[in-house]
Amino acid sequence: MPIVETFNLTKKFGKITAVDSLNIGIDEGEVFGLLGPNGAGKTTIIKMLATLLEPTSGNAKVNGFDVMKKPQKVRESIGIVFQEPSSDELLTGYENMKLYAMMYGLPKDEIKRGITEALELVELTERRDDLVRTYSGGMRRRLEIGRSLIHKPKVLFLDEPTLGLDPAGREKMWDYIGRLVKELRMTVLLTTHYMEEADNLADKVGIIDQGKIVIIDTPKALKRTVGGDLVTIKTANPNTGALKKLAYVKNIKQNDDQITITVENVSKNLQELLKVVGKIESVEVRNTTLNDVFLHFTGRRIHEEGGNTWFDKIVQESISKS
Amino acid sequence: MNLNGISAIWQREILTFLREKPRIISAAINPIFWLVTFGAGLGSTVNIAGINYQQFIFAGIIVQTMLFSSIFYGSYLVWDRRIDLLKAVLVTPLSRQSIFFGKVLSGVTFALIQTAIILAFGFFIGISYTFASIGLVIMIVALAAAALTAIGLTIGSLMTSPEGFQLITTFVIFPLFFLSGALFPLENLPFYLAALTAVNPVTYIVDALRGLLIGIQYFGSFEIISILAAFALIANLIGIQAFKRMRS
Repeated sequence: MPIVETFNLTKKFGKITAVDSLNIGIDEGEVFGLLGPNGAGKTTIIKMLATLLEPTSGNAKVNGFDVMKKPQKVRESIGIVFQEPSSDELLTGYENMKLYAMMYGLPKDEIKRGITEALELVELTERRDDLVRTYSGGMRRRLEIGRSLIHKPKVLFLDEPTLGLDPAGREKMWDYIGRLVKELRMTVLLTTHYMEEADNLADKVGIIDQGKIVIIDTPKALKRTVGGDLVTIKTANPNTGALKKLAYVKNIKQNDDQITITVENVSKNLQELLKVVGKIESVEVRNTTLNDVFLHFTGRRIHEEGGNTWFDKIVQESISKS
Repeated sequence: MNLNGISAIWQREILTFLREKPRIISAAINPIFWLVTFGAGLGSTVNIAGINYQQFIFAGIIVQTMLFSSIFYGSYLVWDRRIDLLKAVLVTPLSRQSIFFGKVLSGVTFALIQTAIILAFGFFIGISYTFASIGLVIMIVALAAAALTAIGLTIGSLMTSPEGFQLITTFVIFPLFFLSGALFPLENLPFYLAALTAVNPVTYIVDALRGLLIGIQYFGSFEIISILAAFALIANLIGIQAFKRMRS
């Protein structure tokens, strides 16, 4: 039985449907990635599951508890790390954790032990008595992850856990979340608009666009549905006839002296493929990414970075006018 | 009700208050500034019932300070909601009621700290205290601050964005302050002012403190206590309802 389950979960803001009849199930111990552009409804879903927002219609269960009827029980079962920082800058890391744990009604010795473990896990033991104001963005995010683990939640919600981090910080954070998941075997619902993030961390990915789930599957299977990896070969005189006879060649596109071949299981079949093609000038192999998957299912590219702020809109409009 | 949780909210507010130096400084300096400039300036030509004006408005300045700080502290909630600070608290199992009481308790604590500073300054302008008067002042201030913080929290939970924050001063704090008799005696007021001051609960806070500190009291003690107790009770009941309904 899934530990997180939604039944036609829907949220409308006025005329806009932010989440449209969502049906997902997340099994215990699974890392589920909700992948979609900004404004797709990811945060709204998390807010409803965390009892911060009431659904317009439909329902959801977390750890067996109805989010509408048993919000208290749901809150006891979950840990959550928000998109924006939610720790107190004027408190130390330790104080942030302690006061938060007290709100869960944990006994004193359990709080102490929990904090020591959590600080250890997120590698902030040495900085525990510094004001959060002096932390870097990544450290602050780590503190909040640690804080959300003290009461040993059954399910952890991570809303865009690497938003606002630089590329190096992002990779570290992935490392970090991956390790947490392995060590604690926690069920995680993660939202992201970074393709690599979902690919790296999630066991299962749900692609969401305009409030609707487009497809749910493992990253591997999703990439397979797109058809395979792309091999681009520069050659003056390709033997397309022979290529077409190969079972694992799915598609061939030719353009001047360059052909692009969609190949299934490229690591196994590349050698034979290259033998058949003829005289080769250069070869490039590109593995399918979730980016291709998103494009395949929605017909659009995902905005990598905050692509729909008012500033971006102005810039885009002025570009399209000129 | 979760006492540990209420205590956590309270500790968090007190710790951040103590670490925000500008807040402490302005909390201490503002009332003294009023007493020294306004009180002494106007006091050089005005005295009321044989009492110098600076001493007359002393109770009014305590209430003014409490009024501003309690209502602003409460309505500051709208900022907490905008940044994700409050959300982190709302996803804990702590009940809305407990969060509310933690905040009210903090508002009362701030008011008591500020009152202590102003009372200390009172020595310099010739206010005399007894243990009993100080004890009763603390009780009245605590009761009044609980009511005013609850009003602030109600405003903060009803507001959807911080843009209208400045309007609170104009439409809530100023009317409550200027129609309270903090700066003028309640005797011989024109009809409309007498009516407006009589329905303003803040009037009774000022009157109570003035009675305790310099012995001038307009209303009866029983009347004052019942009105302030009802004020605190009603403000808190409304506040809890508003808090429960608040969307994050």
